[in-house]
Amino acid sequence: MYQGRGNLPPIELRSGSPIWTNLFTLYGANIMGERKVRYLSLEEGGYSVLLLVAAIFCLIIAGKTWDQVLAFHTALIALASLAGIFYIFRRYFDGNNSPAPLEINGKPNYNMGPVKFATWASVFWGIAGFSVGVIIASQLAFPALNFDLPWTNFGRLRPLHTSAVIFAFGGNVLIATSFYVVQRTCQARLMGAISPWFVVLGYNLFIVVAGTGYLLGVTQSKEYAEPEWYADLLLTIVWVAYLLTFLGPIWRRKEAHIYVANWFYLAFIVTIAVLHLFNNASIPVSIYSTKSYIVWGGVQDAMVQWWYGHNAVGFFLTAGFLAIMYYFIPKRAERPVYSYRLSIVHFWALIFLYIWAGPHHLHYTSLPQWAGTLGMTFSIILWMPSWGGMINGLMTLSGAWDKLRTDPVLRMMVVSVAFYGMATFEGPLMSIRAVNGLSHYTDWTIGHVHAGALGWVGYISFGALYCLVPWLYNKSLYSLRLVNWHFWVSTLGIVFYICSMWVSGIMQGLMWRAYDSLGFLEYSFIETVDAMYPFYVMRAFGGLLFLAGAFIMVYNLVMTVRAGEAVESADQSALAPAE
Amino acid sequence: MAEHKKEIDQVTGVETTGHEWDGLKELNHPLPKWWLYMFYGTIVWSVIYWILMPSWPLVNGYTKGLLNYSQRAVATENFDVAAAERAETGKMLLEASLEEIRDTPALLEFAMAQGEVAFGDNCAPCHGTGATGFEGYPNLQDDSWIWGGDLDTLSTTISYGVRAEHDETRYAEMPAFGRDELLEKEEIIQVANYVGSVAGLPTQEGVDLEAGKVIYEENCAACHMENAKGDLETGSPNLTAPTYLYGKSVEDIIAQVNAPRHGVMPAWIDRLGETTVKSLAVYVHSLGGGQ
Repeated sequence: MYQGRGNLPPIELRSGSPIWTNLFTLYGANIMGERKVRYLSLEEGGYSVLLLVAAIFCLIIAGKTWDQVLAFHTALIALASLAGIFYIFRRYFDGNNSPAPLEINGKPNYNMGPVKFATWASVFWGIAGFSVGVIIASQLAFPALNFDLPWTNFGRLRPLHTSAVIFAFGGNVLIATSFYVVQRTCQARLMGAISPWFVVLGYNLFIVVAGTGYLLGVTQSKEYAEPEWYADLLLTIVWVAYLLTFLGPIWRRKEAHIYVANWFYLAFIVTIAVLHLFNNASIPVSIYSTKSYIVWGGVQDAMVQWWYGHNAVGFFLTAGFLAIMYYFIPKRAERPVYSYRLSIVHFWALIFLYIWAGPHHLHYTSLPQWAGTLGMTFSIILWMPSWGGMINGLMTLSGAWDKLRTDPVLRMMVVSVAFYGMATFEGPLMSIRAVNGLSHYTDWTIGHVHAGALGWVGYISFGALYCLVPWLYNKSLYSLRLVNWHFWVSTLGIVFYICSMWVSGIMQGLMWRAYDSLGFLEYSFIETVDAMYPFYVMRAFGGLLFLAGAFIMVYNLVMTVRAGEAVESADQSALAPAE
Repeated sequence: MAEHKKEIDQVTGVETTGHEWDGLKELNHPLPKWWLYMFYGTIVWSVIYWILMPSWPLVNGYTKGLLNYSQRAVATENFDVAAAERAETGKMLLEASLEEIRDTPALLEFAMAQGEVAFGDNCAPCHGTGATGFEGYPNLQDDSWIWGGDLDTLSTTISYGVRAEHDETRYAEMPAFGRDELLEKEEIIQVANYVGSVAGLPTQEGVDLEAGKVIYEENCAACHMENAKGDLETGSPNLTAPTYLYGKSVEDIIAQVNAPRHGVMPAWIDRLGETTVKSLAVYVHSLGGGQ
């Protein structure tokens, strides 16, 4: 019989190391006025040293750099680090740093504070990111909206939009749900008292540094990897802490097997770490400069960039959000997952195949044809493994289809899975060289990405947020009617968006390649731009509807916390007492 | 510690795996057959594709594939075919004079097709897709020309540009009468109002137009001519024309006399080549304003 790992000693046992005892015992004893000996835990000491080193490093740079943006960013990081040290030591001197009990009355004592923070952060960044999206969509239709200012032009706002929705909104949803799901499915508390907060606050600090950097003109010009070397370094440290914090509950889990959602979360965290390191292997021209140069050269740099870019889609936006699907859909539908076997096969197939698919972004370029062939064929093979997730998501509803009529939250998540299926069919199709010859560089790509981003990532995230907020606060959701409104308004928005981009993208591709009988191009480039105007207006309108839907959600979630009916012991209410 | 029993799900009749997490269970459905066979199908298709096409890297080089297909070779071939198709007419176009092109239907059709695309990609950003211009960018549809609108003149202007970085470029610069203190403020107002009166614009009240006329004859007539109709030889605009490059009001004229703005048109000959420039000249000439 499996004995479980719950009997292992908790990780944050005070360190027995004589260094820590000697250093901190005296202070603790004196200040607290007790005879009882207080220790700074190994975790607290470690983070204090890390933050101190970071603060000193950043302050030196801030003091010596000639680059105002770098001075601003390093000062910001130094300030945040010092605030972190202050927090650790205030806890310590206040005597609040005894480790939280792992269980209360035989029930796991979950750590939901960081989950709540990341949840609200995702709501905030979601609104910010969607708004910037509407602005840049409008700029394409009405160029006057660039306002002739460097900070508001399309070139700077576009990466702000993509990073805000992918990394700020999506990233916070992933951190929030992963910390929630891993605790619940392992029946174990997150490891450490400082680590989870370090992860959520550090990650959001990275987002602020990256986002303000774009507006001030700092970029390494790699799509989805725009932040410069110092922001990348910050993210690397945070990501290591994220991995370790996430692994804690798995190590202490009480069920022999690891739940499928956690495989996907783990694949996401580990692979993003590897991708991030390779694609940001750059050397700053000076540590006092924001500018850096990548170590890869020429087409190899392009290949690494799209190996990264495509797997940011594969592991951030697919694996991570499949993890969300695997927890929240069965939970909400109150049905078992359709097939354990399918989940194993499609998981391993997905992570093995996705990593090969990057070269399909570089068809008909200086990348050798053989590399493109491999990227294309692996993208085709990837079709069914991607659909494995869709089948498992949809078929989990067997026996609960009637709930789609009554529960708009579940409907949102199911439609999300349908969009996932559509986008993961369209993707392999567009990876085929001949199709790509038409679709590449056109708005079709933008439409494809947004079918995945608005439909799949957006809806599964909204569904998870509608579940998570009530569960975190032991309230019932304020209004299902408003969820219904959100669903229909944003679905209409998505339809406007995708259809207009399909039409304009295919039209654009056809216009670019149209020749007259004498062998001259039929259309000049500017005519193709002119022809897209009505579709740009429709797209911006679709985006506006999607944003309006998100505002309805924010109101609903805020009202859930403020005025939702308190729930005593619903399914998810085995939550521990408040933090 | 957690050991759960496998059970039969009531709805589907399928057994669970016996694992349970936070109330979540799994059914033990087999892999859907259609899914599995399509998965195998895509793998088989890919293997066949690998055998036929360039695919796997080797130590030196890569597998070329049975079809020996190379997209680079195909692209080069297509370029050659297209170039050959156009070579004959292109050569005739190069050798013909602009007037001959205009009068030979086959050459005209070729030049118009090439000129239209070349105009869209190179000229439209400044002169507009309809060639009607913007403030500071001349309208090519009307018959008001700065340097002239006959075929040869158009060809020269397109080839070498205006105030461009080319030895043969067209060059004209009006003095900054106000900025360089060649005229008093009052004199500028007077001459601008006189020009306005010649162009049929409403003039400002209480301005001595006769004094303006004298100033005009002393300072402006050398280039813009006595009758203010301009001079194509020196690129001096016609001041009685219906369109003004920088706004048609007495205030705009005062600003221009005070410190003139001078636009730049690039020289295209080195970038587009002689054939395309010829086609462009024919195309622009056909727009309606050609002389």
